[in-house]
Amino acid sequence: MFQEIPSGLCLVLCGIIFSIGAIGAITRRNVIVIFMCIELMLNAVNLTFIASGNAFSSMDGAVFVFFIMTVAAVEAAVGLAIFVMVFRLQGTVNADEVNLLKG
Amino acid sequence: MDAIGFKFILFMIAALVVIVSSVLMATRKNPIHSALWMIVTFFAMAIIYLLLNAQFIAVAQVMVYAGAIMMLILFVIMMVNMDKGNREETTKASWSLGKKMAAALLMVILLVELLFGALFYRMTARVGDYPADAVAAAGNAKTVGALLYGQYLFPFEVASILLLIGIVGAVVIAKRNK
Repeated sequence: MFQEIPSGLCLVLCGIIFSIGAIGAITRRNVIVIFMCIELMLNAVNLTFIASGNAFSSMDGAVFVFFIMTVAAVEAAVGLAIFVMVFRLQGTVNADEVNLLKG
Repeated sequence: MDAIGFKFILFMIAALVVIVSSVLMATRKNPIHSALWMIVTFFAMAIIYLLLNAQFIAVAQVMVYAGAIMMLILFVIMMVNMDKGNREETTKASWSLGKKMAAALLMVILLVELLFGALFYRMTARVGDYPADAVAAAGNAKTVGALLYGQYLFPFEVASILLLIGIVGAVVIAKRNK
């Protein structure tokens, strides 16, 4: 009763979500939306860990997801602080217009 | 129950919700709408975690992602993006056709590769020490907690230091310097 969901189906779902996140991260120009797409890709990886851990009857997947969540939270805090700073300096959060490093 | 099973139907519904809401998240013009669809995605994903016997991670997903991170993102969108809503379309038109085609090709290759790996991957690793019914008998959060404070104690402490550095770094970066 515990493993009714085939793990192949879960992995397919992870692939689809990861691709959607990657497409969004490449095509969008607003850095906050790009950031959300990256979070979506992280979530797809989390789902892969959980599905594999469930298929292997292992708990290590859950522990890894815990650490990934920690890193994602820190990344959100620091990244959004950087966005606020960039908005103060440049007046925009459009990725095409923030090109000071272009030289 | 019957051949398909209640959990399987629930999984398919949740997977459909995840895919549709993430597509909507990636395509909405207004970043606030994107953030709200992202919250829907996170909740549906928490349901999938529940179906995969990861109750602790499901609760953490709702609290950390749908609660904390999305709230932070919504705050920053409201601080940053008030009148810049329609700046996006003006620069999007500057993408040339070749660039668009290259991006689309890259993404199709990525998707096909991921699906190929997912469909033809054979699980050959040895079976772990935590079968689902034993974990359910002991309690999921208890098992995860025993692992976190036992085998993974050092990474856990490093993660706590990382969180502290994140807090201090965010304050230092976002502080308005006189």
